[in-house]
Amino acid sequence: MSDRPDAAGTPAPAGGEPGKKKGRLTDNRLFREITGVGLDWRSAVLVPVLAVITALIVSGFIIALTDIEALRMWGSNPGEAARDTFGTIGSAYLALLDGAFGSLSAWSETLVAAAPLILTGLSVAVGFRAGLFNIGAEGQMIIGGLLAAIIGFSLHLPWPIHIPLALLGGLVGGAIWGGIPGLLRAKTGAHEVITTIMFNWIAIRFLDWALTVDFIQAEGRDDSISKNVLSSARLPQFFSDPRIRLHWGIVLALLAAGLIYWLLFRTTTGYEFRAVGYNPDAAHYAGMNVTWLYVLVMAVAGALAGLAGANQILGPLGRATPGFSAGLGFDAIALALLGRSHPLGVVLAGLLFGALEAGGRQMQVATDVSIDLIMVVQALIVVFIAAPALIRAIYRVRTGKGAEQITKGWAA
Amino acid sequence: MTVENEVRSPAEVRRARYLGITYLLLAAFVLWFFGLGSWGNGSAAFGIARPIDTFNGIPDLSIPAGPLGIGVAVVLAFMGGVQLVRGFGRWQNRVLAVAFVLFIFAFLGWAAAGKSFSLVSMLRAAVERSTPITLGALAGLLGERVAVINIAIEGQLLAGAFAGAVIASVAGNAWVGVLGAIGVGVFFGWVLAVLAIRYQVDQIIIGVVINMFVLGLTSFLMLRVLSGNPHLNSPPTLRSWRIPGLGDIPFIGPILFDQTVFVYGSLILVAVLAYGLFHTRWGLRARSVGEHPRAADTVGVNVYRYRYLNVLLGGAVAGFGGAYFTIGTVGRFDENMTTGRGFIALAAMIFGRWHPVGALSAGLIFGFADALAGKLGVLQTGIPSEFLLMAPYLATLVVVTGIIGRARPPAADGAVYQKE
Repeated sequence: MSDRPDAAGTPAPAGGEPGKKKGRLTDNRLFREITGVGLDWRSAVLVPVLAVITALIVSGFIIALTDIEALRMWGSNPGEAARDTFGTIGSAYLALLDGAFGSLSAWSETLVAAAPLILTGLSVAVGFRAGLFNIGAEGQMIIGGLLAAIIGFSLHLPWPIHIPLALLGGLVGGAIWGGIPGLLRAKTGAHEVITTIMFNWIAIRFLDWALTVDFIQAEGRDDSISKNVLSSARLPQFFSDPRIRLHWGIVLALLAAGLIYWLLFRTTTGYEFRAVGYNPDAAHYAGMNVTWLYVLVMAVAGALAGLAGANQILGPLGRATPGFSAGLGFDAIALALLGRSHPLGVVLAGLLFGALEAGGRQMQVATDVSIDLIMVVQALIVVFIAAPALIRAIYRVRTGKGAEQITKGWAA
Repeated sequence: MTVENEVRSPAEVRRARYLGITYLLLAAFVLWFFGLGSWGNGSAAFGIARPIDTFNGIPDLSIPAGPLGIGVAVVLAFMGGVQLVRGFGRWQNRVLAVAFVLFIFAFLGWAAAGKSFSLVSMLRAAVERSTPITLGALAGLLGERVAVINIAIEGQLLAGAFAGAVIASVAGNAWVGVLGAIGVGVFFGWVLAVLAIRYQVDQIIIGVVINMFVLGLTSFLMLRVLSGNPHLNSPPTLRSWRIPGLGDIPFIGPILFDQTVFVYGSLILVAVLAYGLFHTRWGLRARSVGEHPRAADTVGVNVYRYRYLNVLLGGAVAGFGGAYFTIGTVGRFDENMTTGRGFIALAAMIFGRWHPVGALSAGLIFGFADALAGKLGVLQTGIPSEFLLMAPYLATLVVVTGIIGRARPPAADGAVYQKE
């Protein structure tokens, strides 16, 4: 039975290896009680930190290896080439740091970028907790954002009603787009990885089409772009200086994180979510309605992603364009892994990715290292977190048990 | 028919009923929209030869659109009736394919009523566009047959496209570029294999990561290296090559035998893999590793070796498919130029039920949808092309939810195997 996917794929808490010394076990238990993370501190703190550092080092190599002029110099003048290379890497990473934290506007940009990341990260994390892999955050974001945009430009309401209504539109749109794969999973067994990937692409094509419909398309435009969201539906900014774009989205994201923490760890429903995640059969025999729980989990996950979409539309963007979701739904997978599917972890990971995003833009402007490198950094971070054995091999530290199986193969 | 005597599960009975109702609904739809909808709109002139073909004097095939739609509706209704009353038994899938083709034909008649429309160019484009999808699906099924899920097809295609362009540009030879693309595909297959098999990392997560990594890296290199050095991004291309004799056959020749090496390669690969997986020792063992690795291990099959081998082979196939995007068509790499074809390939693999011939059929259907979407604007049907581009995804949803037929993946798909 042990090589059956349903057994092997059940997310198991990685911490608390049997046979450990008693003292350490108690430490870990304390850590887990404080944080609610089912891991020991090495897996939860040490591995992510080392993963980020390693990813930045590897990316440094990529910068060095693509510095054509410096590469040519290595043969004739190695000293100059080395100085040149390290200069490029140094200035790129300094610009990254500067763009993320160097000024008030940098902090603002970091938080603006972090808000949707935290929301989509929570979306994927909720799924992970319940043993479902929501790759569909991108599509849920699109549908939620589109609905928020429509409410935002078509209704004329005072802002205390308009903003919540548009946000609700995002929630509902995302919840529907996430809930359907949940329903399909529960009723037909169709694997949510496949269905959510398909729903992503359907959403992308649907957005492409919707933006050309007269009702949605901006007047006098031939390209795909929606009408502008009315100012009564825009999330207010904190500062009067329009260049400092920090808006209420980050507060929204933090509230959502708190709410999800409460839901997952302080309510019966959250307990049921996690029980289904550990073992759906056991949950079923314990009298839980697994069908309903799958739908609910995916609807909650979708609602969070939809809120992220609404946040983007009502916040920094102000209108919908093709690709406004900008791959945030995919970054979210990395984020949820980095944050160990815990709301607090996701918030911290979201801030880190937000900083990388904001800093990456500065890096692109100040040096000729493009922001695409950030995607490489993020991918590497996830590899090192998902395969702690790599970190263990590089740094010779103990990292707890081997890799986690978070998803289930679709043969279940 | 002996089928009635066999015991059928309630699910099968329900599926057969759904299928019958689907035919009837299609019949009503075709009758209303394509039959009556194009009544009096004249005939659709389907071009079946291009000016550059060997036999270019063949006149257009002119079919009155209204009667065509009504005829197709009648046939579909008949099929639905038979399906509901007694079923088609083992012919069910073939009948479904026929129904699909008829529906498309009625649609084309309606869309092209009163206009002329080059059927041969369109089908040729469909075959061409299906190639990376078919190859990607083959790459996916090679892995999944040994229970390694490959979500990274998109990344492997993109990496192949990039490597093909750069290596062919540097070498000044398209074939070297193809080899380079295959090599890079194998490399990412190796990454997937090592992380999935040796480090036992969640396979879906590795796939997502490889996609992110390749997209980030190729976009980064594009801006940082290629944009300043255009000579690194102008590979020679492999033009279509007409097979002597076969390429001269009217209609069929230009569609199938006047194509690029990528098309021929994918057709040969489909045949080789269909034979290899189901009629050779390698295939039997590979499939046993995917269905029940412990049993395979017990009888002495080296589970890890077969998994490595197949995932690397899959990488090679995907790398080859990736080269199509640069060396096979435009002769230039663009940022994110695969635009989700890898995910359509994933869909095609599932739609084709993990079988090479199924992958080809699904690839052709999706390639057809792609080609048709490109032509819809010309025909001015009022149907947004975006909806046609959704078709592959919707079709996959239909298959995975089991509404019409059911796809069953290899039993151990995605599961880690730990030798005892």
